[in-house]
Amino acid sequence: MSEETLNNSAISLAALKAGDRTEFARLVDATSNHIYHLALKILRDPQDAEDVLQESYIKAMRALPEFEGRSSLSTWLYRIAVNEALMLLRKRRFSLVPVEEEADEDDEQPGMVLTDWVGLPEDELLSAESRQRLEAAVDTLPDTLRIVFMLRDMEGLSIKETAELLKLSETAVKTRLLRARLRLRNELSVYYGERFVEKSSE
Amino acid sequence: MTEKCKCQGLASSISEYLDGELPPELCAELEQHMSECENCSIVFNTMHKTIDLYRKPELNHPLPDDIKSRLYHRLHLDDYLVKKT
Repeated sequence: MSEETLNNSAISLAALKAGDRTEFARLVDATSNHIYHLALKILRDPQDAEDVLQESYIKAMRALPEFEGRSSLSTWLYRIAVNEALMLLRKRRFSLVPVEEEADEDDEQPGMVLTDWVGLPEDELLSAESRQRLEAAVDTLPDTLRIVFMLRDMEGLSIKETAELLKLSETAVKTRLLRARLRLRNELSVYYGERFVEKSSE
Repeated sequence: MTEKCKCQGLASSISEYLDGELPPELCAELEQHMSECENCSIVFNTMHKTIDLYRKPELNHPLPDDIKSRLYHRLHLDDYLVKKT
């Protein structure tokens, strides 16, 4: 979660700890959008994401008196939400088994698409259609890869933080991250590559 | 254009390089290699750009109003929802 969101509004931890409702409302206002979409990205189900959103703040409210401020407020809240979302995923018998133990359909990697599309203009790279494609591409990843990619690359957590949250080794995180990045890179290269070729031939 | 990159094994180094996790001596080696190998340089650029595109905050949508009001209600903060115009 971006620190600016919270810093700009200067939410007081002391006031929160003292049970100040106005301050808590400000915290919710500043962070709920991010927390909801984070849960939605993990769970891919609006009802589940809403449950996680509500539970996260209820847990946070209860845990506030014990919060020692070792991490920032946003990081702390973020962890609560990610843990809630992961717990719900596990309840649905989703298991975060190490990638090494999975049937390894990735061993035979497809050939790499080698079109250099990075020169496409930003408005084309991030057009409404392109954004849909970006979201759809990430949604097609298996959960084990998708969640690692999401936490590390979309949310900007470090490898270490991602490993801690998912209770995985850093090596396992790096392996999954690589697979996710390769798949997405290939997929986007096919999509943007076609546009790039069209543009160049115009 | 799809082809098997001869240097496919380097993808993992490229990924670690992007994370700043590649040891310095291997960084220099990889940089040297990429300056000579067009394919690896494309893989590097496009992987970097792929991650970059997913980091753009524009992918976030606003919190739907109904979800927001149910959240405020559950947290007994309804009055703050009304106050906010």
